[in-house]
Amino acid sequence: MQRSLQIDPGKCTGCLQCEMACSYENEGVFNPARSRIKVFTFHQEGRFVPYTCTQCDEAWCMQACPVDAIVLNAATGSKDILEDVCVGCKVCTIACPFGTVNYNSDTGKVIKCDLCGGDPKCAEACPTQAITYINADETGFDRMRAWAGKSDNQPRVQ
Amino acid sequence: MKHVIIGAGPAGVVAAETLRKLEPESDITLIGDEPEPPYSRMAIPYYLENKIDAAGTHLRKSADYFEQNNIEVLQSRIDAINTDKKILTPDTGEQINFDKLLIASGSSPVKPPIEGMDLPGVHNCWTLADANQIIDRAKPDAKVVLMGAGFIGCIILESLVSRGVKLTVAEMENRMVPRMMNEQSGTLLKQWCENKGVTVLTSARVSGIEKGSQHPLSVVMSVGGALPADLVICATGVRANIKLCEESDIETKQGILVNEFLQTTHPDIFAAGDVAQGRDFSTGQYSVQAIQPTAVEHARIAATNMTERREHLHRGSINMNVLDTLGLISSSFGDWEGLKGDDSCELGDNDRFRYLNLQFQDDILIGANTLGLTQHIGVLRGLIQSKTRLGKWKNKLANDPTLIMEAYLATVQGQA
Ligand SMILES: Cc1cc2nc3c(=O)[nH]c(=O)nc-3n(C[C@H](O)[C@H](O)[C@H](O)COP(=O)(O)OP(=O)(O)OC[C@H]3O[C@@H](n4cnc5c(N)ncnc54)[C@H](O)[C@@H]3O)c2cc1C
Ligand code: SF4
Repeated sequence: MQRSLQIDPGKCTGCLQCEMACSYENEGVFNPARSRIKVFTFHQEGRFVPYTCTQCDEAWCMQACPVDAIVLNAATGSKDILEDVCVGCKVCTIACPFGTVNYNSDTGKVIKCDLCGGDPKCAEACPTQAITYINADETGFDRMRAWAGKSDNQPRVQ
Repeated sequence: MKHVIIGAGPAGVVAAETLRKLEPESDITLIGDEPEPPYSRMAIPYYLENKIDAAGTHLRKSADYFEQNNIEVLQSRIDAINTDKKILTPDTGEQINFDKLLIASGSSPVKPPIEGMDLPGVHNCWTLADANQIIDRAKPDAKVVLMGAGFIGCIILESLVSRGVKLTVAEMENRMVPRMMNEQSGTLLKQWCENKGVTVLTSARVSGIEKGSQHPLSVVMSVGGALPADLVICATGVRANIKLCEESDIETKQGILVNEFLQTTHPDIFAAGDVAQGRDFSTGQYSVQAIQPTAVEHARIAATNMTERREHLHRGSINMNVLDTLGLISSSFGDWEGLKGDDSCELGDNDRFRYLNLQFQDDILIGANTLGLTQHIGVLRGLIQSKTRLGKWKNKLANDPTLIMEAYLATVQGQA
């Protein structure tokens, strides 16, 4: 059974442990600016919303890539960037309607969540279980993805 | 079922793969006229920069990929289509018959009708063959004139600078990327390039190219004067490759006319990619977009509709681009010019080369231009495509357009 990240913003306190853990795991530095998961703050509502790639079925990024640098990880279901193949053209960053593929000007490549290969550090680091890594069919992602269907141009043939 | 695809660029390759997934038993033939394995034009700038070798431009990386997927790849040129008998006559080899045909022949650069475009040292930057010619001449300190600062021109600008050439850009319009960026951002982009040592001439038309004295070429400007050059690169626009339809009943205008199923005026013939005049999400009109994401979107839908079982509707592709010009990243989405009488908001910081412009129809985002922004820009597509009513977030965005991600989370996903 494949698992995915379940995010419950109601439990998030905005402590940014997830961003720290992510940047450390993937970039070797404790630097929220380099994190693949981002906590958005709604000051007026006093609400924090952690947000990252849902590894969606449409895989808009993967389809748009001109050099086949984004591949499906069969074990985890994540869509992974092959750093040595990516040319840094950024087409995937505009193709992803969720805004979860970002350009890193230091490396000239793009970065996105790869579920840390099946052991996501953000979920491990979250002290309140706002982020958990659970069986895919239990997650609320179907709801999060549902909107895409509204103007979904893509036949699902994967 | 026998499927034949003309054109082995991204549209042709993605269509072939889609057909293979949906119909494991069908015959699939992919015909392209270029000598290389199927490759991506978009990767050419990185090839020019030596970031990748020629194999790095290939659309699929393993040598036996097409064989493995039972897709027959032929190198030949198709100059005409017999739509009655459903037969193609390639320039080499035997006739090919088809049940369903996809035309994915792409587009080609146009050369302006001026003297001297055929002189040695004047090149397009469209194919790997062009790229190799450019590599031969774009040596350190060579004088290079780039005609056209459109989307493609701006993308190759960086590659040329990285090769150490002395670059002059000549653009007819009053700013850079006039069909992608508004006046403010296009002007900022020009300033940025000039700061980096590139000469950018706007409102400057080349009236002809002649043989030069000290340098092989001399680029004559309509306002007077001439620029010496070792290499001239022409990037003044593209035109759909529709010639192969000329003597058939397949109707064309700017490109091949297709309906919402990507079907041409012949029911068994489809078109996709740069050659297709498909539906634009923003305008509802049919136009040639000539961008990678649209080529791939067309291909998947056209291929699905070529199979017997499925009908998939194309609701229109969003015209969108992202550009990296010497490190300054710009993007455009949808109706970035906006509609007459509707709202927009903008935020600019000229000193830091940052700019953001959002266009609304009522409280729905319909287009955007960005400069100097790299994080979460895809969400602009998400907001446009989902036609989400922004409600109170429209005002918040008007005060601070950088809150796009927050607006998206609050409205599309109901997170706040
Ligand atoms: C330098 C450069 C940079 C670019 N950068 C970007 C970018 O950053 N973002 C973006 O979105 N787009 C970019 N593009 C545009 C993008 O590459 C095209 O939109 C895309 O290649 C279109 O794919 P296609 O399959 O429709 O056509 P093509 O890639 O043109 O493929 C068509 C193929 O069909 C072949 N063919 C044509 N006629 C025939 C015939 N009669 N018989 C047999 N074969 C035929 C052609 O030779 C070609 O190999 C760039 C293009 C260039 C040149
Ligand atoms: S930036 Fe890299 S991964 Fe993204 S589309 Fe371009 S080559 Fe592919």
